[in-house]
Amino acid sequence: MPEITEKSLIEVRHLKQYFSINVGMFKSKPLKAVDDVSFAIRKGETLGLVGESGCGKTTVGRTLLHLYKPTGGEILYNGQPVQTREEINAFRKKATMVFQDPYSSLNPRMTVSDIIGEPLDIHKMYGSKAERQERILELMDKVGLNSEHAARYAHEFSGGQRQRIGIARALALDPEFIVCDEPVSALDVSIQAQVINMFDELQDQLELTYLFIAHDILVVRHISDRIAVMYLGKMVELADAKEIYEHPLHPYTKSLMSAVPQPDPRIARANKRIVLSGDIPSPLNAPSGCPFRTRCPHATEACAEAMPEFKEAAPGHFAACHRIAELN
Amino acid sequence: MALLEVNNLHTSFFTPAGEVRAVNGVSFQLERGKVLGIVGESGSGKSVTAYSIMQILASTGRIVEGSIKLDGQELVNAGEKVMKQVRGNKISIIFQDPMTSLNPTYTIGHQLMEAITLHTERSKKQAWDRAVEMLRLVNVNEPEKRMKQYPFEFSGGMRQRVMIAMALACEPDILIADEPTTALDVTIQAQILELMKSLQEELGMAIIMITHDLGVVAQLCDEVIVMYAGSICEQGTAEEIFYNPRHEYTKGLMRSIPTADTAGTRLQPITGTPIDLLNMPKGCPFAPRCDNAMKICLTRRCERMKINDDHMAACWMNVKAGAEDGSIQLEHEDPEGGEADA
Repeated sequence: MPEITEKSLIEVRHLKQYFSINVGMFKSKPLKAVDDVSFAIRKGETLGLVGESGCGKTTVGRTLLHLYKPTGGEILYNGQPVQTREEINAFRKKATMVFQDPYSSLNPRMTVSDIIGEPLDIHKMYGSKAERQERILELMDKVGLNSEHAARYAHEFSGGQRQRIGIARALALDPEFIVCDEPVSALDVSIQAQVINMFDELQDQLELTYLFIAHDILVVRHISDRIAVMYLGKMVELADAKEIYEHPLHPYTKSLMSAVPQPDPRIARANKRIVLSGDIPSPLNAPSGCPFRTRCPHATEACAEAMPEFKEAAPGHFAACHRIAELN
Repeated sequence: MALLEVNNLHTSFFTPAGEVRAVNGVSFQLERGKVLGIVGESGSGKSVTAYSIMQILASTGRIVEGSIKLDGQELVNAGEKVMKQVRGNKISIIFQDPMTSLNPTYTIGHQLMEAITLHTERSKKQAWDRAVEMLRLVNVNEPEKRMKQYPFEFSGGMRQRVMIAMALACEPDILIADEPTTALDVTIQAQILELMKSLQEELGMAIIMITHDLGVVAQLCDEVIVMYAGSICEQGTAEEIFYNPRHEYTKGLMRSIPTADTAGTRLQPITGTPIDLLNMPKGCPFAPRCDNAMKICLTRRCERMKINDDHMAACWMNVKAGAEDGSIQLEHEDPEGGEADA
């Protein structure tokens, strides 16, 4: 299991999230969106979570905040379990979320000030209306929004500004921890950089801890201290951002890193890409043993038999692969 | 003669809010067998340029001015009859979202055969064989079995392969790919890009690759066009654009991408918000967001100027640099600050 230090703000142990999917009129089957995932995030750290669509990265983020009730496993905040109603409510004041799509995650019928003020309303965080308004304007200022626009509706803003509104809402309760679920993937390159910088600056100012979920590896490497890679509901590798990018151990991470299109023609053309054959299997029919074995260029019979253990291969570098010693 | 010549293309959409000038004087040439990348952000006019070439614009859109010549034949105002001969036969297009570009109610085989019989004189049997051959070409396993399946039975990457097979079935001279890998995962994107590259080498068609991803451009394209607000700001070989950018917008784009060296530092974003096409500034469209904007940038649009044989850019900064190092002589009688040819 990944290192559990006393300084961990968030700790996840053997997290499982299964959804029940109807496969016939009377039959249902569990879809193992997240299957036995463990990790810890230190205070002030950014943990990047990457993987392809359907790998369960978004589900990890949502289950972590108890937006879904976990099927199994434990979530610890500051070393304390988060389980009962009271614990969850208290936790949600300290842990918030920024969503991917700045278009659908803001209510079109609410003004910006009501969107940002809603968490304050829910948790009754103000004494008077003036206090509420003051807090909203302060938050808008913090994310670089013009406070004169507080009475406008979300559709009057561009994508980048909408994402700022979403971030202001997430900051309303003075959280310690924010789950950022693909917060920049809907934005244009030039705007993306503005928002990434804002996440960086807010982290410095407010000592925030992030779980940064994204599929864009260049973005994740830029912002993260450590990076975790998921495949079909399992965590396959976890290490320092630089380490995992430069010396990936798991065959899946290797192909993922080599597949990133480098914005530099000389590097891109010289680059030896490991192109995987085939598609990601459906999580409903996940392969036995190692989930990656159907696409892995190094798979053996042993890989079909048992799921490899997620263990420390080098100091601070965890991976789940049977053949890790031979291949590296 | 170039295979495709686009000259001073202007395309507008006529909306209740006013005329949206989506494409403003775009000119370029595409040689046989080359890969041209068109990069830009949403609303930069890169897709509209492609749709104008195919003449598949939405009903509110119209080519207002300019010419598009394919092998010397003028396509603007050539009429639907001519365009039907061009589309699919000479120029094919694939779209971003492979889910919505296939009809969910017909089998893959039916749709592939339809594309083939529509454009060629083949019989049904021959069309079937050709469709199977095409599926094999794009590396679809068990093509005979796959022919009888419906789009929902295919994954995203497989659907995009089918779209490519359909687009290439009639051996077009030009394939336009409009963000073909944007909806796909990284490892699947790598598969599709590899496939496009090998097919291009095998079949020798020219590709126009429309994308917002500079990584895709770096990997695939010989020539690059950078668009902003409906105009070309810079154009040249991939080497020139990436290693010698000469437009402030391109420079800003390159700076704002996270790379290995930026970890732990702040990125250098382009400030401001994207342009409103209904309210275009008088001068350079990028001037309101440009850190180095000069007086002239706000009042006058810069024409595209030749930087060298492989490179053109529309930025007054090059004139300033040229005037400073003496390679450009400015005429001083012009009160607005001087117009110069490089």
